[in-house]
Amino acid sequence: MLKIENLHVYYGGIHALQSISLQVPEGKIISLLGANGAGKSTTLRTIMGIVKPSEGRIEFLGESLVGLKSFQVVMKGIALAPEGRRVFTNLTVTENLALGAYIRSEKAQIREDIEEIYSLFPRLKEREKQSAGTLSGGEQQMLALGRALMSKPKLLMIDEPSLGLAPVLSQGVLSKLKELNQTRGQTILLIEQNARAALSIADYAYILETGIVKLEGPAAELASDDAVRRTYLGIH
Amino acid sequence: MTIESFLQNLSNGISLGALYALISIGYTMVYGILRLINFAHGDLVMLGAYFAFYGVAMFVLPWWLAFPLAILFTTLIGIVIEKAAYKPLREFPRINLFAAAVAVAFLLENLAIVIFGGRPKAFARPAFLDQLLKIGNISFVSYTPVIIITTIVLCTVLILIISRTKAGIAMRALSKDIETTGLMGVDTNRIIMFAFMLGSALAAAGGILWAIKFPQINPLMGVMPGLKAFIAAVLGGIGNVWGAMIGGLLLGVVEIMLVAFFPQLAGYRDAFAYTILIVLLLFRPNGIMGEVQAEKV
Ligand SMILES: Nc1ncnc2c1ncn2[C@@H]1O[C@H](COP(=O)(O)OP(=O)(O)OP(=O)(O)O)[C@@H](O)[C@H]1O
Ligand SMILES: [Mg+2]
Repeated sequence: MLKIENLHVYYGGIHALQSISLQVPEGKIISLLGANGAGKSTTLRTIMGIVKPSEGRIEFLGESLVGLKSFQVVMKGIALAPEGRRVFTNLTVTENLALGAYIRSEKAQIREDIEEIYSLFPRLKEREKQSAGTLSGGEQQMLALGRALMSKPKLLMIDEPSLGLAPVLSQGVLSKLKELNQTRGQTILLIEQNARAALSIADYAYILETGIVKLEGPAAELASDDAVRRTYLGIH
Repeated sequence: MTIESFLQNLSNGISLGALYALISIGYTMVYGILRLINFAHGDLVMLGAYFAFYGVAMFVLPWWLAFPLAILFTTLIGIVIEKAAYKPLREFPRINLFAAAVAVAFLLENLAIVIFGGRPKAFARPAFLDQLLKIGNISFVSYTPVIIITTIVLCTVLILIISRTKAGIAMRALSKDIETTGLMGVDTNRIIMFAFMLGSALAAAGGILWAIKFPQINPLMGVMPGLKAFIAAVLGGIGNVWGAMIGGLLLGVVEIMLVAFFPQLAGYRDAFAYTILIVLLLFRPNGIMGEVQAEKV
């Protein structure tokens, strides 16, 4: 579904991505792992057209995404729940969700989908008319996820959904993602600090290290690989 | 002061404040979105008045055609300014945008002097706006209620657009976080253009109403109302549309009432009005409607 080849990105003089290649097949959960500063967020931001690659290809359903603006990428069927949630604190919870559906026009259907997000995250329903700025960090994360789902993306990309969440909550978010994948066939590209949790729900994973793909493989294999266990899972 | 003259002054202050409000909305919307003080905004007030003047005086159009056309043309110029002068600079340090805004202001003023001529022109009010009305002992000219009602209608429409429509929600989102608004599938350049359109249209409407209230127009007529509307926007809490309306109204009323109560201060009218405002800002540094900037990261 998504195919990235030899992607290079510079921030001024910093060579943040040094020939990244990866693939996301339809219906799968793919995880992007790696230490801080490895280039995970940069990869997703480049896909979304926020950052321009200096070299390389990004193909989605056979079409190139390079050179498109964020809104055009969204219209192709990709949504990103960005790092740090970035909910609109000056809008209400419902307005945040409605904005997530900006590219869609069927009003009745959108209203139904908002209700569906609320049944997925009942906490949000109770706060639907509150401004998103009054939500707790965990609730904001649910909102960011719900908002990304509102565009009905073919590919959902999530940058560290469990950042700042209590372990119980982060486990909850990840199992919601698995559920979405299994019940709706939602394709997901997931960045997650908690490598063990990510590998437990992913089908396939890429491990990035300072801008290159250091290792890749089926999640189950990586999870049982000794080197991976030592370096990324903290198991000795 | 008699109750009659009080009410007369009040209506005068409210109509002046309504004009400040119309103009200050454009400042506040552009600031809210781009963090840019659009110094050229006051000159759109002048353009609106001149276009209306030429529509009636030169092209002999009826006012109901000339005025909307004047608003349309001013709006187009607002869009051109945004596209030509501001958009290319958006990625650069803010100070470049400020310099561009000042440059555009001088450009418009000087072009107006060359094209329209530096000498003031007499703006002919449509007859129905020139009637002397009397309610009891209070007398006023018919343009006063028309200015107030027009402003209320325009502000209501604007508030509905901002609070209810998709573009309005996107505009509010944009003022918080442009990048993430783009991630929602919003063409942010179009929404920014839309904000300039709305602001320019209101400035033009304000300019025409200004010319009706003070029927002498000249190429620098937008400078003072522009500055005052800017102050009104700050007073109301810059970035906040409700604040701009309240700030404008307050400013107009304070200005007029001060002179009404203390006629001996007439010469110092602006000095005193603005001293009061400075004091007000000392107590509410974020403006009347300004939010306290505390946010979760
Ligand atoms: N806007 C920027 N300007 C300059 N350098 C940047 C910028 N964003 C990221 N970088 C650099 O690019 C590299 C990759 O950053 P990136 O945010 O992609 O890492 P990450 O893998 O997402 O890390 P984390 O796990 O901490 O989120 C880092 O060295 C970072 O300092
Ligand atoms: Mg990151």
